[in-house]
Amino acid sequence: MAARLLQARRAMTAQTGAALTASLEKAPSGISGFDQITDGGLPRGRATLVCGGPGSGKTIFAIEFLVRGTELGERGVFISFEETLSDLTRNVESLGFDLTRLQAEKKLAVDHIHLDRSEIEEAGGYSLDGLFVRLRHAIESVGAKRIAIDTLEVLFGGLKDQGTLRTETQRLFRWLKEAGLTAVVTAEAGDSTLTRQGLEEYVSDCVVVLGQTVQDQATTRYLRVIKYRGSSHGTNEYPFLIDDTGFSVVPTTSLQLDYLVSADRISTGIPSLDAMLGGAGFYRTSTILVSGSAGTGKSILAAHLAHATCARGERCMIFAFEESPSQIERNMRSVGLDLAKWQESGLLQLRATRPSLYGLEMHLVAMHKAIARFKPQAVILDPISSFLSAGTPEQVKAMLVRLFDWLKTQNITGLLTCLTHSLQAEDVGISSLIDTWLEVRDLEVAGERNRTLYLLKSRGMRHSNQVRELLISDQGVSLADVYFTQDGVLLGSAKTAEEQKRVRNERSVEDDIAGKERLLELRRATLEAQIAVLNAEHASAAEETQRLIRSARESGQRFRRDRETLSKVRTECGRNSDGPERQ
Amino acid sequence: MANSVRAKAYQNERAGNEEERWNLRLYVAGETPKCLQAFEHLKRICEEHLRGRYTIEVIDLLRNPTLAQGDQIVAIPTLVRQLPPPVKKIIGDLSNTERVVVGLNLTPIGKPKRTAK
Repeated sequence: MAARLLQARRAMTAQTGAALTASLEKAPSGISGFDQITDGGLPRGRATLVCGGPGSGKTIFAIEFLVRGTELGERGVFISFEETLSDLTRNVESLGFDLTRLQAEKKLAVDHIHLDRSEIEEAGGYSLDGLFVRLRHAIESVGAKRIAIDTLEVLFGGLKDQGTLRTETQRLFRWLKEAGLTAVVTAEAGDSTLTRQGLEEYVSDCVVVLGQTVQDQATTRYLRVIKYRGSSHGTNEYPFLIDDTGFSVVPTTSLQLDYLVSADRISTGIPSLDAMLGGAGFYRTSTILVSGSAGTGKSILAAHLAHATCARGERCMIFAFEESPSQIERNMRSVGLDLAKWQESGLLQLRATRPSLYGLEMHLVAMHKAIARFKPQAVILDPISSFLSAGTPEQVKAMLVRLFDWLKTQNITGLLTCLTHSLQAEDVGISSLIDTWLEVRDLEVAGERNRTLYLLKSRGMRHSNQVRELLISDQGVSLADVYFTQDGVLLGSAKTAEEQKRVRNERSVEDDIAGKERLLELRRATLEAQIAVLNAEHASAAEETQRLIRSARESGQRFRRDRETLSKVRTECGRNSDGPERQ
Repeated sequence: MANSVRAKAYQNERAGNEEERWNLRLYVAGETPKCLQAFEHLKRICEEHLRGRYTIEVIDLLRNPTLAQGDQIVAIPTLVRQLPPPVKKIIGDLSNTERVVVGLNLTPIGKPKRTAK
């Protein structure tokens, strides 16, 4: 991580370095985020004053400036007026800085200067040549390019002659400048002045103030560049974090609205929801809001996205503010989403923190840092409404805008859930930030509560205007069509009843048709039977007629034959009396 | 001059009571007027108060910069009372004799007295 940041930083300084050679050469501090704010780092060859109250991180800033310097090939000297070498070594060990090794490698020299006013009597004029001798010796021993003095003001407490101290301090800064050292000098913040001893009068090139604000018992550390002669710089109070890798500053407010968007689509993890979103799901790098009242399944929708993201082999990071990782795992297992599997394979990171753990800005920095380290393709915040316990709605909004703007520039898809009734008015505030907004709502009908889902908006894509019923089973979430009647939307058991009624209706219609068909068949059969009878009758009648015809014909023939016989007989009788031949 | 000052350890062991030995170390950085003055002043005060039982070691930090760390030297010149304990430091050109006498816990000759400050 450090190495990667370092590379990025080197690339950045190479870029800005070229542009700035004309005006002011800069020495990258190596402190995450600080070099972006100051457009390249600290003024090279000059002194920077870092002031702040006790515990504001001055020493860590100074030591990190040196340690990162050694990584960039610039050796350093640390002059400590407060902590002994062993204390210092132990204290920064937790930040991953190995001072013992750096000293052994001759990359860093540390000198602890101890001044005890009670041990010292002043008798006449003096100079701080002893200090100069020690500085020069330390610098020469490693060939230092950087020096940090923490905290110079201890001198003012340890010695009485303020006049001498002032002239000597002035001489010191002049000397540092002439020696071409990039210096960080820390100083305690004063009541009305930047520093208790007015050191800002001597260090005029760059002044950085570290501080912390406490709101509702939550602390936010911040850093501000008050002055940077000859260079542009961000002037805001930038929140920063000190953790196991040192200092990190989030320069998010310096963002412009010029991120590139993707036309790539990613699945929501729920096919029926994909279908509502033009059939393809969310846009990659878009910001998605799932809002709804308590217990409407917002987290489950979020987990679906996480599951789908990991299933594609991409990384996903969930920031949970209400549940512990194991609770989330268990709950999601009950709806068929095995998040533990993805965690084991390293594709999913669950980070649970209490919103009240620290101030909003610290949350932002912590998330920023975690995301920068894990480099996920999707980030889930569940739920953002919890942040209201750590800040006002305006502050929550400001933080989210910064976070999600940054996510967009990093090509990360962001999904946040939000408990509606707690952030009703604020919803509107963040709506400008949201690309796709899913609303999950409870509908109480006929003595039961059911969940509905609809798309409030989805920028840049064709999307369904339909209200769908959100069904949660041990197979996860699915969406079902809802019924509309004169009475309104039907859901849950009412829908089931309606469905049954429809089935019954359909069944009776079918029965009706079948009866009619049977009747028709019967009629046809009857007719056919009648036809058969008639045909039979007709056949027998025809046969009878034929028979009569035949017999009539036969009797006719017989009659003709008889007549012929008779006439023959008559002819023969006539000839016998009148004619000769009579036999 | 600086070389001779640096190299020479002043030993003066004429007379005086032997009950206490004083080891004094004067840190300087080169031959600045302040350093020379400091040495002159110191020598005078010692002769006055500690004749015969003091040693002055002059260390030039320009020659031996590493020695500055041991006695935590910041201001120049610095006088360090190594012996008798406890260690005491007086900075400046030692022009203010009274402060040096008080600072070193010196008492006039003949009335040796050591009180912890």
